[in-house]
This record gives sequence, structure tokens and C-alpha cells, in this order.
Amino acid sequence: MNKRMGKQTVRLAEPVIIRGVASTVGETEGEGPLGGYFDCVVRDPLYGEDTWEQAESRFVQENMRLAVKKAGCSMQNMDYVLCGDLLNQCVGTTFGIKDFNVPFFGLFGACSTMGEAMSLGAMLIDGGYATNVLAGASSHFCSAEKQFRFPLPLGIQRTPVASRTVTGDGAVVLSRNGKGPVITEITTGKIVDMGVTDVNNMGAAMAPAAAALIAAHLRDTERTLQDYDVIVTGDLGDTGRTLSATLLEKEGFPMDERYKDCGLLIYDNERQDTHMGGSGCACSAVTFCGYYYPKLVSGEIKRMLFVPTGALLSTTSVQQNQPIPGIAHGIVIENMKR
Amino acid sequence: METNKQAQKQYAKMVEDVSPKSPIGKNCVLAFLSGGLICAIGEGFLQLYGKIGFAEEESLLLVSVTLIGISALLTALGIYGKLGKYCGAGTEVPITGFANSVVSPAIEFKKEGMVLGMAAKMFLLAGPVIVYGTLTSMVVGVVYYFVGR
Repeated sequence: MNKRMGKQTVRLAEPVIIRGVASTVGETEGEGPLGGYFDCVVRDPLYGEDTWEQAESRFVQENMRLAVKKAGCSMQNMDYVLCGDLLNQCVGTTFGIKDFNVPFFGLFGACSTMGEAMSLGAMLIDGGYATNVLAGASSHFCSAEKQFRFPLPLGIQRTPVASRTVTGDGAVVLSRNGKGPVITEITTGKIVDMGVTDVNNMGAAMAPAAAALIAAHLRDTERTLQDYDVIVTGDLGDTGRTLSATLLEKEGFPMDERYKDCGLLIYDNERQDTHMGGSGCACSAVTFCGYYYPKLVSGEIKRMLFVPTGALLSTTSVQQNQPIPGIAHGIVIENMKR
Repeated sequence: METNKQAQKQYAKMVEDVSPKSPIGKNCVLAFLSGGLICAIGEGFLQLYGKIGFAEEESLLLVSVTLIGISALLTALGIYGKLGKYCGAGTEVPITGFANSVVSPAIEFKKEGMVLGMAAKMFLLAGPVIVYGTLTSMVVGVVYYFVGR
């Protein structure tokens, strides 16, 4: 049977169940408006390790184990692990999951990695290649600052358009069996380059990709915003959300308050001085796992479009004056009482 | 979605319109006051060393050393980084800022080893200042050699 619904969207033959989720975050996220929704708040940014990078791996390891446990499974039941992070060569992931002893695909989609992991995991299950897939993404404020920006003790002013990398890990157990909200459709994003070069203004770099993805999804499925209880982008932040909503209106899809952004939910930008909001792979991952998943389970949300967004850059590409292209991946998650 | 040159130009305009700007006026005032304060502290030390009995040239050297020492200590304690958020160029431009830019990568990259980590990365930010500072003084020296005498 043909599972394709259009140029970018596929509909799974059998909905894939999100059997369990887990979210672990750092102190700042724990003090944010969503603090009470996360499974675990770790106050020590080093998480008992020696370095920021090892700390990120610890977040990955502990949280992925927790997700498997919460799903009522064991690590041996997992057919694949799919995950990634922002660090060079995805070492945050590697050293977090190396002892799981489960077949692994390492992913890089910048901050859209959670979308990539959930998309491919659902497809693996739908294709009959797996029964259970562990999917996730992580980021760490300190390791990201060290790699992409400046040493932490440096006394500099951040621009008002900057965002704050979320510390944490979000993980889901996707399965053919069990109970839970289901993934029904997947819209895979294309790289969109609008020529943005300001490395601080990630929201502006990613907004066109988010808008393009949402527009493509609505066209492919012949739906409108009204068919969703919520459409959530990953980490566009304040200006990014405004920009993508404006672009969507131009495309003929006006948005309303149903359109949210994880980057705007996770922090109280005024109180926590986080400028535009949250960013990083963990931003959408922990917000989905901590905040939205329970709402899908309870039926408060019946259908959501989850759109993690990523800015595809490296420190080298930026220094060589390349623009910052964006990408976004869309996943439809529904509450289907079965 | 169109991503041609025209669309990119339009989008750049959109970004410009919605992105908040840095409060330049406030930043300048705070930088002026904090930078001035650091210089005043330096002047205080200069007077002090003079009173103790050092010659002026020695006193000037000692002032630099003292300010660098204080800045390095405050950086290690994580205080200088926090000051930078409010003071901006005021704490970054004087010699104390230079010390901060050397000490902070030294701390951050210590975990990558004493040679390739701390020592090599120490000049990550200060390196360009040294390179272009030296270059500029060479140019000035050459100009002075021919016309200044």
C-alpha cells in the first residue's frame, strides 16, 4: 500500500505507540514555568562528572534508562537506539549510550534531532524492522557555550536576540505494542536557506524552515490549523515564532494561540533573563516528554503537530561566512483510545 | 517557500523589524561608569605605591600587575563574568578585561590537558589582540621613524 500522502508526508500503516517518555533537566529549566512537569531536575550542572561533555552524557544515560523503565520495558527489549546531540561528532550521545548494548543510529539534525529520531524510529517500527525503539536528544548549556560561543567565565554581554541552550535529555520509547498516544503521520523537512548570517539570531534562521514544514504538512494532509489542538515548534523563541507565524500567514495559513513554541514555554524570559527563550536539542525533547505527553495521555490534547526545529551550522561554516540554513521535522501525535 | 535573492532580502527586512536591538545608550553609560571606576581604582593604586616609596615607573608596572591579579582572581571566582553582563565594554576594554579573556579559556579548557588544553587555548581570545596590537605598533613605529623625528 502507498503510505505517502504528498511530497513530504507519510502516513504510517499502523500507528506507532509512544509507550513511555522521560525528561531530565538542569537547574534553570527546573526553576522555569515547566519545572514541575519534568521527571528529574539535576541541580549540579556537572551531574557528578568531571567535564561538561561527560555531564551531558550522564543526562543521556540516566534519562534514557528512565524512559525504558517508565515504559515498562527493559533495555534488552530495545531493537534500536536513535539519538543525537549538538557536540562535535555527537559525543554527548556516544558516551551516554555506549553501555546499553543496543544497535544504534547516531543522528544529527541540530536542535531538530528529536523530530528526526521520532520520525525514523516510527518508520523503523512501521516498516517491520523493529518492535521497540528508544529515541531521544540531549543538549547542555555549558558544553554548548564552550563549543559554539565563549568560555563561561568570560565577561560579555549577550545580544537581546540570543537564546539559552536547554540542559537536559528527553527520550521516548516507541513501540508496536502497549498503550499510549500514537504517531500517525510524519512530515520530513527540507533544508531552507534564507541567507541569515547572524549566529546569535537562531530563531530567525530556523523560522522559515518551520513555516515551510507546517505549510507543507497542511497542504499534504489537506488540513487546517483547526484540525489540531496544538502545533508546537521546537526552539524558535520570541522573534522566531513571530517570524514563522508571519511567513505562514503569507503562505495562506494564519496561526492563532494554538501555535506554541517550546523555546517560549520552558523559561520565564523576563524573570530568568533568558532573552529569546530556550534552544538546543533538549528544548523540544524535554518539553514534549514532560509537558505535552501527559496532556496527550489524558486526552486534553487529541491531535498535535510536533515540529522540532534546527539551525544547521558549525563554528567553521559560520567563520567562513556561510549562511545558517534551517530544518524542521513534523510528527503528528494523536490520542486514540484503543 | 521561495528562497531566491529577492525573498532573502525581504526576509532580512522582516528579521530586522522584529528583532529587539541592544540598548546601546544604556550600555555606553554603564561601560563609561564601570570602565572609569576601574581606571580610578588603578589611579588609587598608583598613588598608594608612590606613597610607599616606589618610583613612578615601578608604580605604573605594579598597578598593571595588581589589576591583572584582581581580575584573574575575580574571573576564577566567577564574579568577573557576571560583572561583564552589566558593564560590557567597561570591564572588557581595560587591562582587567584582557586578563579575563586569558583566564576564562584557561579555566574552561583545563580538562583537555595542561598543554593542548589550558596553555594552547589560553590565547584563544587574547591572541588576536596581541597579533594586531603588535602589528599596529610596528606600523606606528615605521611612521614615527620617517616623519615623527
